[in-house]
Formats: sequence, structure tokens, C-alpha cells
Amino acid sequence: MTDRFVTRGFVGRRTAEGSGDVGSRIPPGQYITRDFPVLSAGPTPRTPLEQWTFSIQGLVKEPVSWSWQEFLALPAREWTVDISCVTKWTKLDMRWKGVSVDTLLEAVELDERAAFVIAWSDGGYTTNLPLADVLNGQAFVAYEYDGAPLVPEHGGPARLVVPARYFWKSAKWIRGIRLQAEDQPGFWESFGYHNRGDQWREERYSGD
Amino acid sequence: MARPLDWQLATVAGVHDETDTVRSFSLTLPNWGGHRPGQHVDLRLTAEDGYSVERSYSIASEPERAPEVDITVERIPDGEVSPFLHDVVVPGDRVELRGPIGGYFVWDAAQPGPLLLVGGGSGVVPLMAMIRHRARVGAMNPTRLLLSSRGADEIIYREELDRMSATQDGFEVVHTLTRERPAGWNGYSRRIDEAMLSEVLEPLGREARVYICGPTALVESAANALVRIGLAPSQIRTERFGPTGS
Repeated sequence: MTDRFVTRGFVGRRTAEGSGDVGSRIPPGQYITRDFPVLSAGPTPRTPLEQWTFSIQGLVKEPVSWSWQEFLALPAREWTVDISCVTKWTKLDMRWKGVSVDTLLEAVELDERAAFVIAWSDGGYTTNLPLADVLNGQAFVAYEYDGAPLVPEHGGPARLVVPARYFWKSAKWIRGIRLQAEDQPGFWESFGYHNRGDQWREERYSGD
Repeated sequence: MARPLDWQLATVAGVHDETDTVRSFSLTLPNWGGHRPGQHVDLRLTAEDGYSVERSYSIASEPERAPEVDITVERIPDGEVSPFLHDVVVPGDRVELRGPIGGYFVWDAAQPGPLLLVGGGSGVVPLMAMIRHRARVGAMNPTRLLLSSRGADEIIYREELDRMSATQDGFEVVHTLTRERPAGWNGYSRRIDEAMLSEVLEPLGREARVYICGPTALVESAANALVRIGLAPSQIRTERFGPTGS
């Protein structure tokens, strides 16, 4: 039984993967895809690697910046995570290689007022996250997907990955993070999407 | 705190076949605050036992049609929702809906100036909302739609587009067919490429606003080509669907 409106004639296509252990990994309103869909708001930026840097700025004692070669030399690890996009697809067991945000933040001394992170990207994209939501292994900057360099369409050379949030928080083409005392809505957060974006609470849109 | 986008019960007022595999549904909404051309809605279908699915669909109709909106749905043979919408839903049925959603891939007549719309297959749907709105309010800004379809029978909104293209209000549709072309076809017959985009853009000039919607490969190549032609990335807004092909 359900207290939702029942759609006349709708049964749905129940698959084995929609139930049991796998089903428990699918957030509400999502469906499983085996593809890796591409979504973005504009043309794909292509910054030459020799010009690429990753920086940490804002409320830190000394800002830090890495070149591409320096970034690749940082301690990295492999991550296998489930990803959910607000457009309703969920992809299980996505394999990435990248650097934990914890590792990146070890290179700076945080001002005690720092409470929010703004991730910014080539092309002008931004997204906001509470600092607490990217610490302790909850977020990483990935440069490999499925054993190969991350392609530009999927955010290469490097993208943020925050598995516990809808995928728009995982900024493609990331070039740095800025620490702030105050929260500041990013790109999609300013266009009607939820400020936090927790897929398990189905926080898709502003007001959810 | 923002007002939540509440689910509401839309009533199917009509269905209309666009092609053999594409059907439009007119939905009447009890509580609709209006939309901007390019936005989409979420649909939620629920079975007797509570099993529920959600999908997003672009709005095809112009805001002036409120409180009715049209969605246009391509039947995906192995899909879970589109075959249900095509095969089961009839006028009088009700479905849960909320929206409008999305505030970036939007255009309305308050934004003057030349407009280039590039669509692939059912990617034309949100562009159609812009085109219908433009015609409805009598905007005269130079506007061209470059629409890529597989075959002539698969061109969505073909009659309406060709009719609007003939009214001399500054709108023109340019077709390209990628698989089959009928005898006597004198439009383009290849995938969208840089040379084609240059030709279609030419009368509009390089200041045109651009909206591209379609499968990822089409959107990616069209957006990249327009940047090579010299448009600023900030002039180009994209919406993509479908896998990368890998």
C-alpha cells in the first residue's frame, strides 16, 4: 500500500537489481544505469596540462598551489563509490583514483573561521559544500576513472568527487577550492537546485 | 527558505503522435506558477504496492499555454517509463508532476538578439518551447534552428516547424538528416559539423546566443565547433542526454 497517488495501470519493471542488497544502495527516485551519462551547462573547457594548477585559497594561513606534475605526486588512492545524479541515474561501483581532500588540506593551515568550501572550475562553474561534508574521506579530487585518465567530457583532467551528494556537487574541471566563513550558493544552487543535495534525503531542488 | 516544488496531480488532456516513436502529452495542472522556455518537469509514477519511479521531461509548450503544459516523449523500447506513457496512458489519466525545474537552459523574449538553436532528435523539445514562445509573443529576433534527425519521418514537429519557418518573422528551420534521406531532399544530409554550423550561424553573426540540446556526442561536437568558430563559451548553453557511448 502507498499513500502516494497510484498511477492507473503502472506496474513498473521490477528487476532483481532493484531489490535486496543492490536495491538498498539506490536512493529514492533514482534508477540504475550502466552508462556514464554526461551533463554540463556549456562547452567542455580544455586547459593544457602545463597551464593547469590546483589551488587552495581563502581562509588559510598560506594559500597553496600545485602544478599538474606536483598534483600527480601527491599521495593518491583508489576509490570505489556509488554515484547519484539529480537527473535520476545512479551508477554503482564507480572506480576512481585521486587525492583525498583531507590530504590536500594537510598542506595548509586552516583559519578557525573556515566553515564552507567553494569548489571552482575552468569555465566558471562553482559549487558550495560545508567543510565538514568534505573531510574524513568524504571527498576527493579524481584524475583517473576506471583505470584510465579522466576524459574532458567527464571533468578531466581532474574533478571533485563527493559521493554522498548529488553529482553536480562533484565539480568537473576543478581548479581549486576556496575556504570561507559564510556559505555562498554555487552555480546550480543559484538556479533552483538544493543547497546541500543529499540524495538519501532526496534534496533535489530548493525547498526539498 | 524557498517554497518547495510540491507534487501535483496532472490530468492528461490530450495525446498527439509526433512520429512513429515520439508522442506528446498535454497535461492540465491544478497549481501551476508558470515556466520559462527550456525548463523541465519531473514525473512520478507509483504502482499499487508503492513501487515508484521518477523521470525528468522537458516542457515542449510555451508558457502562454499555462495551466497546460506539453511534454514530448520518445519511446525507448527497453525503458521503464516511456513505454508505459506510450502504451497505457490515455486522456483522462492522471500522473504526479512537479516543476518547473532548471534555470540556466532557458530563453525568453526578454532576451533580444540573434538566437541559434541546435537540436538532435528529441533534443528539439526544450528548443521548441523557446520557438513557440517566440512566435506566440510576436518576437522578431533572427532565430535559426539547426535540427539533426535520422530520417525525414523522424523529424519531430516537422509540419509546425516548417509552417513557422514560412511566416517570415525571422525564424528559420534548417534540417539535416543523418541516415536516410528521401528522394529530392535538398537539405543537409550529414552529422552536424563545423562547416555546417558556420553556414547556419553566418546570417546571425557571432554575437548570437546559442542553445544546444541532444545526445552527448552531438552536443559535445557542436559546442566545441562553435568555440573554434570564435564564439565565447559563455554564449553557449547546453543540455545533454544519453550515455557517452562507452
